[in-house]
Amino acid sequence: MTTNANTIQYNDHVIRLFTIAAVFWGVVGFLVGVFLALQMAFPVLNLGEYLSFGRLRPLHTSAVVFAFGGCVLFATSYHVVQRTCETPLWGNRLAIFTFWGYQLFIVIAAVGYVFGITQGKEYAEPEWYADLWLAVVWVTYLVIFLMTLRNRKEPHIYVANWFYLAFIITVAILHIFNNLNVPVEMTAAKSYPVWSGVQGAMIQWWYGHNAVGFFLTAGFLGIMYYFIPKRANRPVYSYRLSILHFWSLIFIYIWAGPHHLHYTALPDWAQTLGMTFSIILWMPSWGGMINGVMTLSGAWHKLREDPVLQFMIVALAFYGMSTFEGPLMSIKEVNALSHYTDWTIGHVHSGALGWVAFISFGAIYCLVPPLWNKQDMYSRKLITLHLWISTTGIVLYITAMWIAGIMQGLMWRSYDEMGFLEYSFAEVVNQMFPYYIIRALGGVLFLIGALIMAYNVRKTITCGKDAV
Amino acid sequence: MSTTHQKIEKNSILMLLLVIVVISIGGLVEAVPLFRTETVIEKVEGVRPYTPLELAGYNIYIREGCYGCHSQQIRPLRDEVERYGHYSLAAESMFDHPFQWGSKRTGPDLARVGGKYSDDWHKRHMINPRDVVPESIMPGYAFMENRAADLSKSAKNLKALRIVGVPYSDEMIENAHRDAIAQASAEGEDAGLVARYGEKVTIRDFDGDPEFVSELDAMIAYLQVLGTMVDFSTYKGK
Repeated sequence: MTTNANTIQYNDHVIRLFTIAAVFWGVVGFLVGVFLALQMAFPVLNLGEYLSFGRLRPLHTSAVVFAFGGCVLFATSYHVVQRTCETPLWGNRLAIFTFWGYQLFIVIAAVGYVFGITQGKEYAEPEWYADLWLAVVWVTYLVIFLMTLRNRKEPHIYVANWFYLAFIITVAILHIFNNLNVPVEMTAAKSYPVWSGVQGAMIQWWYGHNAVGFFLTAGFLGIMYYFIPKRANRPVYSYRLSILHFWSLIFIYIWAGPHHLHYTALPDWAQTLGMTFSIILWMPSWGGMINGVMTLSGAWHKLREDPVLQFMIVALAFYGMSTFEGPLMSIKEVNALSHYTDWTIGHVHSGALGWVAFISFGAIYCLVPPLWNKQDMYSRKLITLHLWISTTGIVLYITAMWIAGIMQGLMWRSYDEMGFLEYSFAEVVNQMFPYYIIRALGGVLFLIGALIMAYNVRKTITCGKDAV
Repeated sequence: MSTTHQKIEKNSILMLLLVIVVISIGGLVEAVPLFRTETVIEKVEGVRPYTPLELAGYNIYIREGCYGCHSQQIRPLRDEVERYGHYSLAAESMFDHPFQWGSKRTGPDLARVGGKYSDDWHKRHMINPRDVVPESIMPGYAFMENRAADLSKSAKNLKALRIVGVPYSDEMIENAHRDAIAQASAEGEDAGLVARYGEKVTIRDFDGDPEFVSELDAMIAYLQVLGTMVDFSTYKGK
């Protein structure tokens, strides 16, 4: 991979832009998250119309998933596809267009939320005009990626690119079908989705769960398959497992959506299908995790020394944990307890903070020095500090949410000796306060970690030692 | 396996097409049969499209992101049925574009909140939730009280909804703006509105301020109709 590095002019400019944007949006997204966490403990922090929980919540989810996560995916995929295909990125100007176009989408969506412009569908809140714009940017992304693949000098497409390709095309399909809307008029922001009720719910969660499956999993597995072998300087543990992992993961994930709709008005057969495939999904998930972790075979000592590898391996540990917890929660009897509670919030964050953000931090620490032609990150100690502060933050967050969630679930279904419901809803809300405080504290630690990273990245760029 | 796979991993277009096929199967199997609506949506009496005023409330509900903390989907579990009422039917959200089932109960389920509390309770609760529920962590929405509900585009909203399948008649669309105002009138009756939306439609000044139709009027009109359309004393089930 490095042999031709001197002769090929890779397009690193767009990768630098996306990397900086990723760090920026990460900090913004985590900051809004901390504010929301505090609002749940102290409702007085709902400062008027524009800064109420309901309007800021999509700002938080979009900022972390689409802005932070999306920029990491753009940066790493553009990096990986060039290196593994030994060819420059196809369409330089178009690549720059995807950067500015994507940033514009983020800003349009975010400004809309604060002013109450939303479709009212979780993780698909942007209104029709923002959706149309995103579709244009995204198709451009697909074309750039595909054309770069076609220009490759290597006969084989490297496994990381399979995952990136599946992520890009599937997200395009999900986005288009979940956002078929009729605007009230062409000059108005408001629109109505063509789907309603049961069908709308099914399509929304087909989209929603595969935003997890493809945006937050397949794309980031692409990162795993490139950056862990690269960093450890070892080949991927098993090629056959990679093939099995890839096809089984993408086939099975798409079925899992109905586990968000257990015991609802969605027909039972669909719920059962969703549950069944969600449980099966445990296997390819762990297959992928094993393939990533075992890549360190013969190089375990590097894990002791390199905090960047530690980030990526801890990410896989959280991935393993949340992909076990997910199938567990998709079992209807468990879901009867966990659904609608903070347990779900904890589950999402063990995946989003532990897996997605940690593998992203690892990739950012890998990318920054070569992108700015530096020998290494400014400070390794700060990377280690980031790792442990953030890990502590996640542990506080998810344990608080486990306790809060299971407590909610049990209190809601608790009966007194006369056979009446034991607790009013408000009594249960009242019990949440200490856990919401602990969660906010976990969030603050995670945010501090991200700020340490931002400082480290900045110092690397401005005063790191130049590579020779 | 490895040798067959060589063909795929040497051909980007083949790989792209195979990915599309593989990821399409699950979604098609799960979603397409749901459009045979007779197998999915119960035949029930009473479910009607929202009145223009209720629709304005529904749109405020979406604008404020209420679905982030409130579900509108009661599961057929003993405690939920006791706490919230009859489990939710598919028919009850068939005119919701988009559905508002939600995924989290930071606050209680609202699928059947209609009629449970007085208009005055709702008014006080929306202005400052802690005035009526001390433990509440809900944001206050005092600004809704003094802001006129945006009813100028009522007809256009109904029209757009008709395109996506909500059975609004020409007459409903023509009278949309008028009906929205009539429903919040202190007179308590309006023959046209009743003729178009049925006997059960509630007509009253919801927020206690007859001077104008506020966002709070729309919001309370919406909350008060939630879960009340089907008469469960006569509903027999499937």
